[in-house]
Formats: sequence, structure tokens, C-alpha cells
Amino acid sequence: MAEIKCVDLCKTYLQGDAEVRALDHVTLDIEPASFICLSGPSGSGKTTLLNAIGGLDELDSGAISIDGERVDRLDGGALADLRLRHIGFVFQSYNLIPVLSARENVEFVMQVQGLPARERSQKARDILREVGLEGMEDRRPAQLSGGQQQRVAVARAIVSQPKLVLADEPTANLDSTSADQLMRLFRDLNDTHGVTFMIATHDERVMRYAKRLIRMQDGKVIGDDLQRPIDR
Amino acid sequence: MTLLLRMAWRNLWRHARRTWLTVTAMIFSNVLLVFMIALQFGTYDMMINNTLRAFSGHLQIQAEGYQENQRIRSSIPSIADLARDTRGALPSVGVSARAAAFALASSEERSYGIQVIGVEPEYEPTVSTLPGLLAHGRFLKDEMVPEIVIGAVMARNLKVTVGDEITLLGSGRDGSFAAAVMTVVGIFDTGMAEMDRSIAEVPLPFFQEVFAMQDHGHQVVMALNDLDALPAATAAVLPLADAREGLVALDWVALNPGLKQAIQADMSSAWFMYGVLIVLVAFSVLNTQLMSVLERTREFGVISALGVRPRRLAALVMLETTLMALLGLLIGLALGWLVTVYFHQAGFTYPGMEQAAERFNLPSRIYPSVTFSSILLGPSVVFGFCLLASIYPALRLLRLRPVDAMRTVA
Repeated sequence: MAEIKCVDLCKTYLQGDAEVRALDHVTLDIEPASFICLSGPSGSGKTTLLNAIGGLDELDSGAISIDGERVDRLDGGALADLRLRHIGFVFQSYNLIPVLSARENVEFVMQVQGLPARERSQKARDILREVGLEGMEDRRPAQLSGGQQQRVAVARAIVSQPKLVLADEPTANLDSTSADQLMRLFRDLNDTHGVTFMIATHDERVMRYAKRLIRMQDGKVIGDDLQRPIDR
Repeated sequence: MTLLLRMAWRNLWRHARRTWLTVTAMIFSNVLLVFMIALQFGTYDMMINNTLRAFSGHLQIQAEGYQENQRIRSSIPSIADLARDTRGALPSVGVSARAAAFALASSEERSYGIQVIGVEPEYEPTVSTLPGLLAHGRFLKDEMVPEIVIGAVMARNLKVTVGDEITLLGSGRDGSFAAAVMTVVGIFDTGMAEMDRSIAEVPLPFFQEVFAMQDHGHQVVMALNDLDALPAATAAVLPLADAREGLVALDWVALNPGLKQAIQADMSSAWFMYGVLIVLVAFSVLNTQLMSVLERTREFGVISALGVRPRRLAALVMLETTLMALLGLLIGLALGWLVTVYFHQAGFTYPGMEQAAERFNLPSRIYPSVTFSSILLGPSVVFGFCLLASIYPALRLLRLRPVDAMRTVA
């Protein structure tokens, strides 16, 4: 479980000659075991906020802490360790390593963490079974459908039991059935393991699963509502 | 096999044709280097052996200081006994005693300054090819007779031939006047103008008599069958030299410093050529790995986002290069070794070499030297340079920012 505090986050990009305010004095408190959707149009700052919390992007100003640790003050190596140990990422386009099988993709992060081969192999098989990919462990990404690849990506993100999963448009390339299955899986992990989820999405169906919906526009938070999620 | 190793290996074959092209360049250069370096070492061995076997031998015992200043008084007493003891210590090595002096050689028409060498006719052919290079007449007999063999140029200069007489005038070891009238019994033609012009050989006992040497001489010359046996032969000879006051054992490097320098100069120019080849291969590797890194920028960004430190990504690229270079090394080494071993057995020759070799009484084929260093040296350098070439692509990954990398379009 991760408690996240974002205080007065500002981030400006240069797009050609124009200055774009991707984050404009954003302040958020995120409780442990939250299930949050970030919604808003393209360019509203959803991805930038996720990247900043995950230590992938630097801020112009502001402070981010995860369980009291200031993320914005960590150097590159410490940020890599933070992501490795405590944060799982799910990307829109899956981003699996093409030369590794489904099981090896899931094992990869555990190998970097230094887990013994037998343990990581067992964990990878278990998590792939959990996401419904039993029997497909040895297939390469190119041999899997989009939904199956996204499940592998989810398995990779959660296998190390991170405190926080950051998902950027995870259902964008999925059909509605696969998208529903994925969101149920996320909710299940949130409910049973207390993993905090922050999901950036345009998809109204995804938002229905959120316990808290944060709306963004032009780098600002314009709405922050608790809601009763649909029953998974 | 660790996952990282498996990943590196599979990454190589994402563009199999590109990888094979680079590996083929490594194989080609490794085969070429193995053969060329072995041939070069074989040529040096032949050069050394042929040069040394022509006259100076591989090893000599001399009086201290004689090499630098060849005075007749810097002599070794009981030279024949020392040569006999040396033969006993080195039964498989050619050993012969010599004495040397400068004299004025006169025929009926002309006079020239020459170097007269007193040799043991029985043993001289074991340390020198000169007795085998007689163009006319015969070599000396092991007798106390006033016979002399001279070089072809000297014979031409003095206008003498086999059967003619030459008068020698010089100074003896004790400062006395040395003079003798000698019959030309043989004329040698080594093809080396300096030797053919200035050297004449006479029987050692006769030399000792004429130049008042008593039983003294100046050199015990040793010729080995194999240059590699030199350290052992030197070790065996040193006690003999040390047992007598004022003697030293000198190897071929001390006796022929010019030969060593010539080899070093040749090696430098050869390595310049090899260097060009190696740098070309290294650039091929650099190109391959740089392209490989650039087209996987997004993938590296994702891996970095998962929490993998940049130095581990750099290690992955280095590992990929290592595997590729190992492939080139092993295949190149195997093929190079096969080619070299074949020519090591059959010998290597080129047009015109046999005629030249016959004229100079030299082997007509070069045999590449198959040793650990001659086989491994070139491919090891190629391997090292390939790894060096991958440093730049690897360093690029150290500066990778995941968020920028993930925006890259593959």
C-alpha cells in the first residue's frame, strides 16, 4: 500500500516555440489502496503526472513523496531502484520485450531484483495463471493477441507485489471484453492485495471501476470525486 | 543460462543478416591475421636461421670485449679443447672453433685487405652454409696445409682461380710478422657481396701457425637446428664460459643486432597494415551496435522504466558485442588454424621463390609458425577492439532518459 502526496507540481514543456504547461500547481493526496482514474483530454497532463510520480520525468517545481520518501529528490539510480521495488508500470502499447517469452518477460524484473531462478520461474507461472495465460507461458509477444500481451504486461507489473501500479491508457488497444477483464483484474488486486492503482484513461467504461475519479484539463485538476464503483 | 545472456543472444538474431555480415568481417580478419602472423613468424624464424647459419651461428663463446673490438690478442687459449667440451655439452648442436685476423692478400697482379678466418674444416659445415656454397673447387681438408677458400668477388678482384697462389701478409698475435703463401682450393659464392669480397677461410691449425696464435682462437661458434632451443643451449654453455676467466657467451641478438632491428622494423610495418584491418572491423562492429541501440531506444526506455539501471542496459549491449565477437573469434580461429596448419605441413611458396632459394642455399618454402602466440595474437586483438568499439553505443545508454526514450518511434 502506498500513500502518495503531490504538492504544487509544475511542469512545462516546450512544443516548438510554444510553452505548454503540462502540470499547473497540482496538489493531490492519495490514500493507501486507492483505485484512481485520471481522466481528461489529450494534453491535459495525465501522463505527465503518472511519469512524475513514477520518477520517469523531472518536475520544474513541487514535491512528490511516496510513503514519506521524497521522490523528486532521488537521483537516477535511486529512482530506478524505487521503480524496481515498489512501482509497476502498464503502458498503452504493452511494451513487452520481443525476444523474451511471456514467462521470461515476467521473470525479467525479478531477475534484476536478484531473485533465484527457481523462485522467479514459479512466481511467473503463478501470476500468468492468475491473469488467465496458463499454457501460453512460452509464447513470444508476437504470438499473443493484444489482450494477451496486455495481460503479460500487467503480470510483469504486479509480480513483484509493488505498492503502486501506474497504468497509462491500459485499455486503449483492447476490445471491450478484454478491457473489462483487465479492469476486473486490477480491481481484484486492489481489493485483495491493497495495491494502489493510478490509471490514466479516456475510456468511460474504465472510469466506472474507479473509486476516485480525478479530472484534469490544461495541467490542472478540475475535479476530484469519490464515487461508488461498479461491482466487479 | 541467465535471462540477460539469453536476451543478449536473441537480440543478436533480430537482424540475423546484419549480425552475420559483421561476424563474417570478424571471421575474415581473424583467418587472415592467424595465417599472416603465423607466416610472418615463420619467415622471421627462417630469416634468423638462414642468416645465422650462413656464418655467425646462434651462439658464440668469445673473449670478453672481442665482439666490440676484434683485436687479435683478445683470444681464447686451448680453443679446440673448449670446442670439444662444448660439443660434449651440446651433442645435438653444431660446434666449431674459429680464429680471425686481418691481412693483406696479394696475387701476382693485385692486393686487397681481407679477413682471414681459421676454421676447423671437419666441423665448419655444421655451423655455416658457406662450405656448401662453393662455386668452384673444394672446401678445406682438415690438415696442416697452406690452402685457402675465397669468395667469388675476391677471386675476381685478385684475378685468381682455383689452383692459383695468394700471399698473405699480416701481424701475428705476438706482434710478429705473419706471412704465408697459400693455394686457392675453392671459391664460394654466397650471393652476399660483402662476404664474397672480404672473407677467406684457411684451416685453423695453419692459421694458428702463421699468426703465432699457439693454441688460441677467437670464437667457438654454435648453430642450432631450432631457434626455440636457444635458451636451453645458452644455459648449457654458460657454465663452460664461466669456468674460464674472461669469456662470455653471446646469443644471436648480441652477435647480429641489425637482424633483430630489421625484424622489428618489418613487424612494425606489418602491424600497421593489420591495424588498418582491425580498425575497419571495429568500425563495422561500432556501426552494427550503434544501429542496434538506436532502433531499440524505445525498448531500452521501457526496460529502464521498469527499474533497470542504465549501467545494466550498457552491460547488455557489451554482452551482445562479446557474444558476436566470440562467434567471430571461434569460427575465425578454427578456420585460420586449419589453413595455417595445412601450410605448416605443406609449406608456403610464391612464384620465383624456389629459384632464389636454390641460389642462396636456402629452403624453398616458408613454413608458418604454429604457436600459441602466432595463432591467438591477431584474433585476441580483434576481439579486444570489437569490445572497445561497443563502448560508445553502451555509453549512450548511460545517458538515457526513460521518458524521452519511450517517446521514440521504433
